[in-house]
Amino acid sequence: MAGSSTTLQTAYFGSYVPLLAIIVVGVLLVFAMFGGNALLRPSHATPEKLLTYECGVDPVGEGWAQTHVRYYVYAYLYVVFAVDAVFLFPWATVFAGLGWVSVAEMGVFIGFIAVGLVYAWRKGVLTWT
Amino acid sequence: MSETLETVLRLAGVLVAFLLVPLLVGQVEHKAMAHMQGRVGPMYAGAFHGWAQLVADGVKFVQKEDVVPAAADRMVFKIAPAVALVPYLVAMLVIPIGPGLVGQDLDVGLFFVIAVMGVGVVGSLMGGWSSANKFSLLGGIRVAAQLMAYELPFVLAAASVAMAAGTLSLTGIVEAWNPWWLLWQAIAAVVFFVSGLAEVQRPPFDMPVADAEIVFGPYTEYGGLRFALFILAEYAGIVVLSALTAVLFLGGWRGPFEDQLGWLWTLLKTMAVAFVVIWVRVAYPRLREDQLQRLAWQGLVPLALLQLAITAVGAVMTA
Repeated sequence: MAGSSTTLQTAYFGSYVPLLAIIVVGVLLVFAMFGGNALLRPSHATPEKLLTYECGVDPVGEGWAQTHVRYYVYAYLYVVFAVDAVFLFPWATVFAGLGWVSVAEMGVFIGFIAVGLVYAWRKGVLTWT
Repeated sequence: MSETLETVLRLAGVLVAFLLVPLLVGQVEHKAMAHMQGRVGPMYAGAFHGWAQLVADGVKFVQKEDVVPAAADRMVFKIAPAVALVPYLVAMLVIPIGPGLVGQDLDVGLFFVIAVMGVGVVGSLMGGWSSANKFSLLGGIRVAAQLMAYELPFVLAAASVAMAAGTLSLTGIVEAWNPWWLLWQAIAAVVFFVSGLAEVQRPPFDMPVADAEIVFGPYTEYGGLRFALFILAEYAGIVVLSALTAVLFLGGWRGPFEDQLGWLWTLLKTMAVAFVVIWVRVAYPRLREDQLQRLAWQGLVPLALLQLAITAVGAVMTA
């Protein structure tokens, strides 16, 4: 594992080994906590205790009740914009070297997003229904 | 072998920071909030100004019964707290606190941190759905609504810093940082911090857990250790958000004697931002969900786009 003999690929993937390790550490930490919990806790389950909480009275109907999701248009809008935003990152690291041409391209990009936002705004999409 | 040892030491450092700093922030919140409200806060645990209050809380939580509601989706209900907590540990791995003082420097660090922070929110969604409780369901829906609002300005503000620094590595961003960024990136800093507050569901953006309306939102059915993990995740989230704000916008370890005291600067800046998070909780009332949508789509997103234009022009002019 001498530095000079390390190829680009092992260096690249090597930097992700600690990442995997910390995920394993995190999972082990959670298991350790619940292991300690299992040793120390009492267990007296009663039907009342396992009942769904609804301010103390018996629950009415199912917990997975019908609700009105009032922001689904926001969700569409969000998906479109978020996909756009992801493209900014690879571009962000190289654009300064490309000069004003890339700034103009950036202007077009931001312009498209801004026009899209203004359109949605004017259409009244950005209001809570 | 020494490389392996170094990696193990770095991982251990990250784990210790993950277990200590959120508790520190929690204790500061107890005390600072109490004094802002004319109270004294915890005074008994550990004798000196209640310094051990959160340790005592931990000892209590670990002894509590494990209750899973009969109606719940058991598997999802049980792993949701871990899904909420572990991503913040992973995020801490790549946040540098000094030159070379980082768990693991990734060349896509910024992108990675934002992606991982997004995973933490899934834990709240899982808890909200799997509880089979009406309050939890409404809370989960509010979490999802909040996600729509803050994620875009959050990402755009982060992209602005990446453009200014010309790199996605968090270490590289701190190295490229210059005091005049405080002015140049000021809009992005505010947008990032505000949308980050919404991401970690802190007041004034705590409508997913609004206690006066929906009990405790997605965490209503949780108790004992699983509840504690959700709370720990909230404070770990504050730490990650504060550290990221400090590293991206406040220059991280940059300051006088940065070669020796760099780590101290990062910690001081992080704690200062965390203090603002606490301060904001005491100072502002809770927004409604639609008010957050309006703030985000008609305020933060246009501001972030303006910042991108300012950054693009500035970066090319100084390149």
